[in-house]
Amino acid sequence: MTDTLIMALFVFVLASFAGFEVINKVPPTLHTPLMSGANAISGISVIGAIVIAGPQNWSLSVILGLVAIVLATINVVGGFLVTDRMLQMFKKKEVKA
Amino acid sequence: MIPTMPIFLLGFSLSEVLPTSIQLSYLVATSLFFFGLKQLGSPATARNGNILASIGMFLAVAATLVDRGVLNYPMIFLGIIIGSVIGAVTAQKVAMTAMPQMVGLFNGLGGAASALVAVAEFYRLVQNNLDITVGASITTVLGTLIGGVTFTGSMVAFAKLQELMTGKPIVFPAQQPFNAFLLGAFLFGSVFLIIDPNNTLVFLGLAVISLVLGVLFVIPIGGGDMPVVISLLNSLSGIAASAAGFVVMNNILIIAGALVGASGLILTVIMCKAMNRSLANVLFSAFGGDGVAGSGGAGGAIETRTVRTVDPEEGGMMLGYARSVVIVPGYGMAVAQAQHSVRELADQLERLGVDVRYAIHPVAGRMPGHMNVLLAEANVPYSQLYDMEDINPEFERADVALVIGANDVVNPAARSDRNSPLYGMPILDVDRAKNTIVIKRGMNPGYAGVENELFFKPGTMMLFGGAKDAVAKLVSAVKQL
Repeated sequence: MTDTLIMALFVFVLASFAGFEVINKVPPTLHTPLMSGANAISGISVIGAIVIAGPQNWSLSVILGLVAIVLATINVVGGFLVTDRMLQMFKKKEVKA
Repeated sequence: MIPTMPIFLLGFSLSEVLPTSIQLSYLVATSLFFFGLKQLGSPATARNGNILASIGMFLAVAATLVDRGVLNYPMIFLGIIIGSVIGAVTAQKVAMTAMPQMVGLFNGLGGAASALVAVAEFYRLVQNNLDITVGASITTVLGTLIGGVTFTGSMVAFAKLQELMTGKPIVFPAQQPFNAFLLGAFLFGSVFLIIDPNNTLVFLGLAVISLVLGVLFVIPIGGGDMPVVISLLNSLSGIAASAAGFVVMNNILIIAGALVGASGLILTVIMCKAMNRSLANVLFSAFGGDGVAGSGGAGGAIETRTVRTVDPEEGGMMLGYARSVVIVPGYGMAVAQAQHSVRELADQLERLGVDVRYAIHPVAGRMPGHMNVLLAEANVPYSQLYDMEDINPEFERADVALVIGANDVVNPAARSDRNSPLYGMPILDVDRAKNTIVIKRGMNPGYAGVENELFFKPGTMMLFGGAKDAVAKLVSAVKQL
């Protein structure tokens, strides 16, 4: 096992702990927006897809990378926009209350 | 060559591989994700948090585009534009009632993208005759597995929620042994691939098994357990992104994916607690399947017992002359898209001086917070929504509890009947209100397949009909008071 892989594992584990600390205690009203907002962030694999689709000459991996770009971008753009749409509704109502 | 290295390994010696500025942009983007998710946890800052996270994503993508290895601009931009248009249009068009399947679908796309990154990296290594290390084999296999399971699992969840297939658990003989066999085959294939890393056929086999496992993982889980499944798939989509991060060795994927994994897992645990069931029980017990079969026998018993019915006029009168009414929405309200009618009813009641509140069970509906989103869409004030713990002591003082399309979450058997599959699940104590009106289409048991004791209690009245129709009739009855 390479050092790089071990280091990446450290990053993963520490980020998970940090995530638990940052996100705990979310009120039920925000469960759906939190989920769809987090969902949009999971589209971060678009970064990996762009790197894979980077080379100029065509190959199977470039094509797969391009497909991944489309799918991940739908996830990112759709996820953030739909979350905003939901949160806008919450906002409107709070002003009234 | 590995495209990027973990930031703190990078130092400056590797800066010729990737400009430090890209890595620093990733660091800023990662911080924005943390701030964004933190702010998404509080109503006052939630919208801001979502915007921060999206700025982080924009920054990360922009930084990646200036990477020296990225040259294929026309195609990449085309991909981004196609994805953005589809995403934006879907986000604008989707009805709030369809939100659970929407989240399910997006989870699946994210998982598919992560899996494709892993598969593409494998082919890149094979085609360029690059040396495939044990580490690279393991990460590509894991990335394909997690992404693949997330993809097909989410698609099945989507199909169930969209009612393209039955919401009931699908079970077949020797299901668990078969799953175990597939998992065993996967492990065996993985070991084989580590020994012979260029074997494309074995890799493809592993990819196919991953997709099949995703399907098998979700089909035995019934519709009412969807809040757990959707949160778990949400978590998995994050872990899939992390796995893709291990494949291309990129910290921002690993960290952002871990964050999403953590947030999804937190929601999963909350949902399981709200049903007083373990995650393993939700995933493997095919809950609701046996119950439905069993209730066939009990059906005769149901007929002989009497329920009190109420017509909309009488119901409207009861509501209008009450001092305090608690509305309990459930999945039935979502299916009928009755949230606007419910709001109208509440408005009419408030006009008559009735105190109206809403009781929200954590697993009402098909995803975490489902009812809150629908009521928010109908402009119900935030201050009128009460969580289970806060509203339960209040039912005793309520004149009428109005149950709209909810069933298992108000079944008193969960408190008293040790033999009920629902036993131990925290419920809304609607039976403690002076009167309970239940709007329901018929006497069919709820998702758990369990007969509801509530319907036979002396203080309970049934108002049969679709949620939207019945509530609309109540509104016109109350208007005449």
